[in-house]
Amino acid sequence: MNGFEEFFVRLAEDSPRWNFVWLYDERQAERILSGLWMTVKLSIACVILSVIIGIAGAWMQGAKNRVARAIVQGYIQFFRNTPPLVQLLFFYFALGQFTPVVTGPDGWTQIPVISNVGWAIISLSFFAGAFNVEIFRAGIESVPYSTREAAESLGMTRTQTYTNVVFPLALRVSIPALSNNLINLVKTTTQAFAIAVPELLYESVSVWNDFPSAQNPTMLLLFVVYISLVGVLAFGMTSWERKLRIPGYGE
Amino acid sequence: MKKYLALTTALSVGLGPFAAIAQECTNDTWNHVMESGTLTVGVKADYKPWGFRNTDGDIIGMEPDMAQLVADTMGVDLELVAVVSSNRMQFLEQGQIDLMIATMTDRPDRREIVGIIGPNYYTSGTNILAPEALEFDEWEDLRGQPVCAVQGAFYNQIVEERYGVEIVAFGGTAEGRQALRDRRCVAWVYDDSSIGSTLATGEWEGFEMPLPSEDDSPWGLAVPLAEQNCIFGNFMSGMQYNWHQDGTLLELEEKWGIQPTPYLQSMNERMADHLAE
Repeated sequence: MNGFEEFFVRLAEDSPRWNFVWLYDERQAERILSGLWMTVKLSIACVILSVIIGIAGAWMQGAKNRVARAIVQGYIQFFRNTPPLVQLLFFYFALGQFTPVVTGPDGWTQIPVISNVGWAIISLSFFAGAFNVEIFRAGIESVPYSTREAAESLGMTRTQTYTNVVFPLALRVSIPALSNNLINLVKTTTQAFAIAVPELLYESVSVWNDFPSAQNPTMLLLFVVYISLVGVLAFGMTSWERKLRIPGYGE
Repeated sequence: MKKYLALTTALSVGLGPFAAIAQECTNDTWNHVMESGTLTVGVKADYKPWGFRNTDGDIIGMEPDMAQLVADTMGVDLELVAVVSSNRMQFLEQGQIDLMIATMTDRPDRREIVGIIGPNYYTSGTNILAPEALEFDEWEDLRGQPVCAVQGAFYNQIVEERYGVEIVAFGGTAEGRQALRDRRCVAWVYDDSSIGSTLATGEWEGFEMPLPSEDDSPWGLAVPLAEQNCIFGNFMSGMQYNWHQDGTLLELEEKWGIQPTPYLQSMNERMADHLAE
């Protein structure tokens, strides 16, 4: 044990509220780190998936096919108007019973093809995706109709117009609202706690249940970690926004 | 400002001799309960038959009954607040409840946070609810297997470290047990006494409590830490002493259909009045 660890062991002895147990106990450190890693993985997967859903959904909203538009509208209404926590519980406990399962080696346990982590990614991505669709739609609608007509007059197809003209312009308008939603998404990953996804909040609560004296330090850690995680994301989004800036557009 | 200063000086000089005692026992919670006429007790609402909701949504059970006896003795109204394992100590600390009787195991690290009052009113061990089909007969059989649990139970860590099981902990008992029914894990680790009652409901056909119970440990009710050695703490000690002596706990155990525990029997004998018949 080095001096750094000794300091925190002594601190825990002197003040029973401030037991930074994960700074000197290897097992607890592992728990916190594995929780952090799970939160990072969850966040990255959900951010990417939800953005893809948003782009695809916004494109489908402008489709000529009425059924496609209705599907997107139904999807948005369902996912935007129900709480993410209810969605998680519904997906895991209700839908989870109908998904295919693999019988475990003991012949009794049934390991679902979609694990709780899988359900968390699906549920949270669709939740944030519903908002992303609306965000991208707002961006697309902000592109003047005359711009689209100009593209058409150059002989571009609808897809070409979308990918080369409308979407690049719409994206720039959408980024501020998009970063808001993605930041919210990263914070919402904590709700996966409810279906026992071992992310940072789950591991933190487990640690302070095992060591009641570690509650204050662990809460502090939670705040610091989420502020940093969201900070990294917000910084990335701002730099991206600046990089994509077209002088004179959207200012 | 000058007046205020003079007043505080006078007060501090005047009260000086009493300050030491006053600092030790302010009896804030006790006084607050007596003044407001309501005792707020944190109990479980998902732990049949110690604390659970009846069809009307009221919380009933052995511990709510104990809380009622406390309130009656104090001559105040009772208000029950549902707590879970992972928030019960915090509720008490933050003053959202005045007293906690919530199936809590008496652990040394918990005594640093809340004022756990003796003599302990119950004990239970750790066991599992598992399907008969898996034929577990010793704890070692669980090594490396997923076992459902509830957040906030002290034995999660113990079985994880001792037998290398993979704990999947849910926020509430309902979710944890549902996960066992859904076959997401091979067993549900919990208090043996509660598992016994769960099995007695007859809703768990094909399940059993197959292992020898481990870590039999006493349960403790708690008052805010500052009042442990003051009126409230001593009062609760007295309540529990009498419950053991006059057999109230044994009666309650029978009333709620809990398997008789040797602990309550032995406490009843130990505390028996030597002058009584």
